[in-house]
Amino acid sequence: MTDTTDKELESVVIRFAGDSGDGMQLTGTQFTNATALHGNDLATFPDFPAEIRAPLGTLAGVSGFQIHFGSTQINTPGDNSDVLVAMNVAALKVNIKNLKKGGVIIANVDGFDSKNMRLANVPEDQNPLTDGSLSEYDLKTIDVTKITRAALADSGMTTKEIDRCKNMFVLGLVYWMYHRPIDSTMEFLRAKFKKNEAVMNANIKVLNAGWNYGETTEMFANRYTVAPAKMEAGIYRSIMGNQAAAYGLIAASVKSGLPLFYGTYPITPATDILHDLSKYKNFDIKTYQAEDEIAGICAAIGAAFGGHLAVTGSSGPGIALKGEAIGLATMLELPLVIVNIQRAGPSTGLPTKTEQADLMQAMYGRNGECPVIILAAQSPSDCFTLAFEACKLALHHMIPVFFLSDGYIANGAEPWKFPNAADLPEIPVSFAPARNAEDAKFMPYERDEKLSRPWAIPGTKGLEHRIGGLEKQNITGNISYDAANHELMVHLRQEKVDKVADFIPEQTIDSGEESGDLLILGWGGTYGALRTATSILIAEGYKVSHSHLRYINPFPKNLATLLSKFKTVVVPELNNGQLVKIIRDKYFIDAIPYNKIQGQPFMSHEVVNKIKQILD
Amino acid sequence: MAEVIEKLTSKDFASDQEVRWCPGCGDYSILKQVQTVMPDLGRPREEFVFISGIGCSSRFPYYMDTFGMHSIHGRANAIATGLKATRPDLSVWVISGDGDSMSIGGNHFIHMFRRNPDLNLLVFNNQIYGLTKGQYSPTSEKGKVTKSTPMGSIDYPFNPIALSLGADATFVARSMDRDPKHLQAMIRRAYDHKGTSLVEIYQNCNVFNDAAFEIFTEKSSKKEQVLMMEHGKPLIFGENNDKGIKLDGFKPVIVEVNESSINDLWIHDETDLVKATILSRFYDDPSTEGHFPRPFGVFYVNNNKATFDELFNEQIAYAKEKQGAGDLDKLISGKETWVVN
Repeated sequence: MTDTTDKELESVVIRFAGDSGDGMQLTGTQFTNATALHGNDLATFPDFPAEIRAPLGTLAGVSGFQIHFGSTQINTPGDNSDVLVAMNVAALKVNIKNLKKGGVIIANVDGFDSKNMRLANVPEDQNPLTDGSLSEYDLKTIDVTKITRAALADSGMTTKEIDRCKNMFVLGLVYWMYHRPIDSTMEFLRAKFKKNEAVMNANIKVLNAGWNYGETTEMFANRYTVAPAKMEAGIYRSIMGNQAAAYGLIAASVKSGLPLFYGTYPITPATDILHDLSKYKNFDIKTYQAEDEIAGICAAIGAAFGGHLAVTGSSGPGIALKGEAIGLATMLELPLVIVNIQRAGPSTGLPTKTEQADLMQAMYGRNGECPVIILAAQSPSDCFTLAFEACKLALHHMIPVFFLSDGYIANGAEPWKFPNAADLPEIPVSFAPARNAEDAKFMPYERDEKLSRPWAIPGTKGLEHRIGGLEKQNITGNISYDAANHELMVHLRQEKVDKVADFIPEQTIDSGEESGDLLILGWGGTYGALRTATSILIAEGYKVSHSHLRYINPFPKNLATLLSKFKTVVVPELNNGQLVKIIRDKYFIDAIPYNKIQGQPFMSHEVVNKIKQILD
Repeated sequence: MAEVIEKLTSKDFASDQEVRWCPGCGDYSILKQVQTVMPDLGRPREEFVFISGIGCSSRFPYYMDTFGMHSIHGRANAIATGLKATRPDLSVWVISGDGDSMSIGGNHFIHMFRRNPDLNLLVFNNQIYGLTKGQYSPTSEKGKVTKSTPMGSIDYPFNPIALSLGADATFVARSMDRDPKHLQAMIRRAYDHKGTSLVEIYQNCNVFNDAAFEIFTEKSSKKEQVLMMEHGKPLIFGENNDKGIKLDGFKPVIVEVNESSINDLWIHDETDLVKATILSRFYDDPSTEGHFPRPFGVFYVNNNKATFDELFNEQIAYAKEKQGAGDLDKLISGKETWVVN
């Protein structure tokens, strides 16, 4: 056993990178869970190719998982990493630019053989492990493949099967380096492979081998302690965005007393919501994998007509297909939640990469005047809150509601001080009551003070009525081609959305003063990066504040006043300028766009530099 | 106390909306036959839902005093599937046309048959786009001259019966607007079938495709050109019921009915998919020499396929029984939590 020194760190960024078949996502997820259980604050960023098994060993096939954890508040997965685990040379090549100088590289030697070098386009006379090109870093080379094979020599497994355990070696080693509890992964492996004991034992053995390697070799002079974060007291769990969205929908179903119907068609990065929801049929959650995107939303409209809490989910390309049906739901004035987990577009775009370029689609992407409510989650756990809120508003106002998330927060994880079911608000729903022959004729488009019409579900005596996509007469709901009536109905549908502003919270400043030189106005998944950037700027003496919009249509009522307190408003977005256009249009202010369209989230330092450039 | 349900009449199913199809349109007859059959089904009016897409036929729900939805082009089947899955207690009907169901809504048409929700689909086939004023449809014959095909259509038509059988539909029938009794009988059979029921209805568009089915509907030619199928009865047609169909292996043959041939005639069996498939292919142009008569009636019934709505709700019930009702707190907290003091 060697002498190691324990060093205490405030925060660490680790990036696990390898071939897309190397199990890096699983490794990262396990490390995340162990770190969450250890009590650190954290943020993660899975970054993987669209192909399930991209060409082996190539740069395009590199799959990465970055985790940032600490004893202080963690808002982002980190701009640059302290540790890079590189299972092959391609993983090193892709990720070295984001490794801090002096950072640790744990390189799997086997992934740096001549074949891998060739696949990663490394010139024949070069080898980063030996040619000194990594001299600025703390390079640790380990033949993970060889050690794993040796550890499992007697297992009776094939070489191919044995090699699949390599990631557990790395995980065990990194657990040792950072004093992470290993038990949760043991538990995970026992559950995952309970039907295949040989594989279970092999993985556990290799995991331990990784831990012991750290303990017994002299390679690592330091181990690191990252103390639990000082977070608000309470019970926490780790949560990913899509998982949180699914739970938010289920919670809304429970709290409204309505069974949930989720009509959808598989599409990255939204499909995990379907996977999650389909597990909870005992909650009266009814999932429907339709023949296409259009059928997914149309079946949901049918379910809404019948009195269910109806939801459809997709990503941008699927939302494009659903456009006409969203228009129908708007005309029918039925409650419907439309989930869009945004990804980089247009068309197929970059399916596994994040972007915020579907805001205009949500606002205006339909024929005719077709306003809907739009909410946008800002972090993984916020997906729970806003998915719940989307259902609540849809049911309360009898209207379609967009819930926007994006690939970054959908797959990212963070600690979540989750609520008690009892503390979630009830969502009261009442269907129009039955009528007798002597009662006045039922008027399907008679409106209440919110301008919502009654929810009159089939099977209720005396409420027989017809609805449809044709323009209808206000109150009676009969088809109407009357010119003035059409204009009235267009105004009413808009006013109905506008009135929602009376039922949503006012906009707040997230960090910084209520007034100042510059306001960073963000929305969606950029929250963490903007928050961190703002705190850096404030620490450096800049009069900068950050406000983050979660309600986009309608905007909170006080937004105009809030914006007016700043000399400059900057709107950073992962698109070519969408929220900024709406803000300029609505408030006549010279808001400055700041855009990044690379399929990657903002890095905090990029935002800091941009704001300084604007201010200096 | 059991509520006494007063027997409804066909008038009870007529809404107060003025019917706006062109005078002479075959849709009037179909509306009348549906309204005639409804009271006999013995269900309260509020349990019926009519869902349609877009097209002349799709105005239908406005004229029925039931629940109804006039939706968007081609999507009625998808909407109806969602409604029936979540509300199996309702009697759900889809009203569609040839373009709505087999062109823009073709995907939902075949997938609904595959899933087999317990609902009834009435396809008004007039072999033309009427609402958009006369373009060829997916069931128009090849060579059809329309506003969009001045030199004749080069598309081959769908055979709706064969298409639905190919998609494993569990009830497939054909009828016509001009034969009220037969149409009523087919509507009733569709209602009685548990599973998706298709009734293809030959419907005359007297404005854009007049007389398209005249040869099958006019007295002068009907007997020679129409084969009325009845379960358990021989396939006979002709002016004096003098022609019959027999099967020579898998090959259908038209024979003169006489004392010796009568025993060899094909006895219609609605439950035989292979034979239904052969009958579905009696789809020749009636002007060709030696063509088969066009079959009407029930081609095929399969009572052994569970319905989508049954299976869908059985899974929910099973999950509740097995796992118990969901516990929201347990769900939200998950298995691994930690405490911050």
